[in-house]
Amino acid sequence: MHRYFAFVLILVALAACTSQQITYQDIEKQLQTQLILAADGDTLHLPEGYFKFSGSLSLDGKKSLVIRGAGMDKTVLSFKNQQEGSEGLKITNCENLRLYDFTIQDTKGDCIKIQKTKNLVIRNVKAEWTGKPKKTNGSYAFYPVDCDSVLIENCIAIGASDAGIYVGQSRDVIVRACEAFHNVAGIEIENCLRADVYNNLSHHNTGGILIFDMPELTQSGNGVRVFNNTVRKNNYRNFAPEGNIVHEVPPGTGIMVLATDNVEIFDNKVHDNKTIGTAIVSYLLVKKKHNDANFDPYPKKVFIYNNEYKNAWYRLPALSYDLGRLLWLRFPLKRPAIIYDGIKDPSATGPDGNYLEQYRICIRNNSNGTFANVDAGNGFKNISTNPAPFDCEHPKLQPVALPL
Amino acid sequence: MRLWRPFILLIPLLMGVFAVHYSCSDNRPKDSIPVQQSGSTLTGHWGLEKLSDYGLFQGRLADLIPAEGVLPYDLNMPLFSDYALKARFVKMPEGKKAIYNDKSVFEFPEGTILIKNFLYPNDFRDETKGRKIIETRLLIHESSGWKALPYIWNEEQTEAYLEVAGGRKEISWIHTDGKQKTLQYSIPNVNQCKGCHVKASRLIPIGPSARQLNKNFAYSDGIMNQLLRWRNAGILDQLPDDLSQCPTVPDWNHPEGSSLESRARAYLDINCAHCHSKEGPANTSGLLLDIHETNPSSLGIYKAPVAAGRGSGNLLYDIVPGKPQESILLYRMQSTDPGVMMPELGRKMVHEEGVQLISEWIAAMKPSSF
Repeated sequence: MHRYFAFVLILVALAACTSQQITYQDIEKQLQTQLILAADGDTLHLPEGYFKFSGSLSLDGKKSLVIRGAGMDKTVLSFKNQQEGSEGLKITNCENLRLYDFTIQDTKGDCIKIQKTKNLVIRNVKAEWTGKPKKTNGSYAFYPVDCDSVLIENCIAIGASDAGIYVGQSRDVIVRACEAFHNVAGIEIENCLRADVYNNLSHHNTGGILIFDMPELTQSGNGVRVFNNTVRKNNYRNFAPEGNIVHEVPPGTGIMVLATDNVEIFDNKVHDNKTIGTAIVSYLLVKKKHNDANFDPYPKKVFIYNNEYKNAWYRLPALSYDLGRLLWLRFPLKRPAIIYDGIKDPSATGPDGNYLEQYRICIRNNSNGTFANVDAGNGFKNISTNPAPFDCEHPKLQPVALPL
Repeated sequence: MRLWRPFILLIPLLMGVFAVHYSCSDNRPKDSIPVQQSGSTLTGHWGLEKLSDYGLFQGRLADLIPAEGVLPYDLNMPLFSDYALKARFVKMPEGKKAIYNDKSVFEFPEGTILIKNFLYPNDFRDETKGRKIIETRLLIHESSGWKALPYIWNEEQTEAYLEVAGGRKEISWIHTDGKQKTLQYSIPNVNQCKGCHVKASRLIPIGPSARQLNKNFAYSDGIMNQLLRWRNAGILDQLPDDLSQCPTVPDWNHPEGSSLESRARAYLDINCAHCHSKEGPANTSGLLLDIHETNPSSLGIYKAPVAAGRGSGNLLYDIVPGKPQESILLYRMQSTDPGVMMPELGRKMVHEEGVQLISEWIAAMKPSSF
């Protein structure tokens, strides 16, 4: 009897303690003050521990500042009770900025937004929404926008209701050796000039890696290489709020190129993404209105080679999406690994209606790289699985060089 | 044997205590360790410590009686800041003048100080019941450019102190409808000041443009148009002789004699365009709301959001003509969720009158004309 009593006591005590396991410290004002007063060239060392914040932290106009935590998962900045500001960490107008070794969690909007910054390195940082992925999570875990020379390395992004690692409207970008899961888009490069995405693991998102171009923005994207990544089991339900472009991405999408020109996809392992391994589609497929006369909605000069595809026949595509249904109906037993919507830019075709040499979509030498041109421009009438018209190659793109 | 029994009972108990101790203490940092800073210890010169150090007011500080050379002013369509009233003043160096233009904020001479006091009457229906000044923001034009400094008033209302990291204060008042309102009022830090006061990465003033200043003001010696008064005071150059050539925007509070369109555009201009303009920080969204914008799509009409995230509210376009409730712009104005609301900073409450105005504007748009 007494023994049971002691046992119950332990259970009660353990239960009581798990609910208050983490003691959060408040360094909000101190850290914000230091972010303001830091001189160029300084290093701010964030201590080990859990820290809570009620508002955004902001950093502006510093040169060569380093913000260094005690380690990913050792220094944890929590915004669970954020009352104001739409980002966790908002950075603007910096140069040679370094963010190392910490975790940032549960912000109301984006975890880390960096704008108009030159020479940025984010290394060994985790940005996440804890708990089950949900609609009310913020949009982007990592969000550099309108930046020059960006390196995101050894970082982890979890739970973003838009994209885990999102680089938008930037020049010269490298995302490498990162992991993204439980986001709607694992990694997304949007309207960027020159980006390399490699050695990453993107899994259990709705879509693994997205290369998108959107209208009405400050610049169009061009020159993106996606290579050596593992893109697997990106079959998670799409929990993005409607209105956002990623809301249109069917669960089970490995790699998607939307409207971007000059894209090279090679040496990736694209496994077990239930709807489609790789899709090359035009913005016209999205059926959203826009009013940008300069916008080029057609992906051109896309080169897909040496990738390894794998997808089991019994894994059904996302049937609540048009594309998923179409693929299932037309290819009930074995879905193609790669699809192209076949909508061509009329200004880039020759007299035979095919793309001129320099604009072709080239698909070659992929393992299990079955292919379909779904002819979306003509109501999917002439779906063709003949790879011959796409058996070509383009000169390889130059690696992105960062002056870091 | 009997002697051992209590000790045997103690074993699980001790194990329990140990387990609890171990599992609980695991994640707890021992002490609060400050953020260490290595490198230079220079913190730079930000501004004077106390508001009174500037000598901008005479007599009791809280009475805000301008000193010699300090001129009060007002704007036609002010930014909404949780219903705070604002007492604005300008001071330019002796003999120096701002340069007039009819499109944007005036070019102010080096040494100019723009002063904005944020205050709440205790009772909005009866100003004789006293008031409380929360903060004073100074925009100072130095040789290296403008800088923004927040000063927070003490409880005694005798002084305001520079606080570069901003702060928070709980305030309450009786609103115009007689209801008590309470608010965690936020004073922005200097970076957040710049977050709004920025154009092409440079800090600039937002309010004092011809269209905003072109109105009558009750000076201590009589009522006069502010632009004329500035010229007469010798602080405004190149003002056209014919005042009717100067632009103006309507006061949202006095709709008589102005169109819904002009009031809505003026409202969006002052509340949104500091970010949502070609050279503002929200240019990456493609939504441009400044008063000179003419492209319907840039103004949000049938424009899909770019990086709104849950700010989209499951809606497809920023503005759907004729349908305010399907317009993301209005949805974000109506929210107080930090991850959804617009503007991102500077308000905790919904501006009911502003929502009403923009709602009417969108409702009156004819879908067929776009």
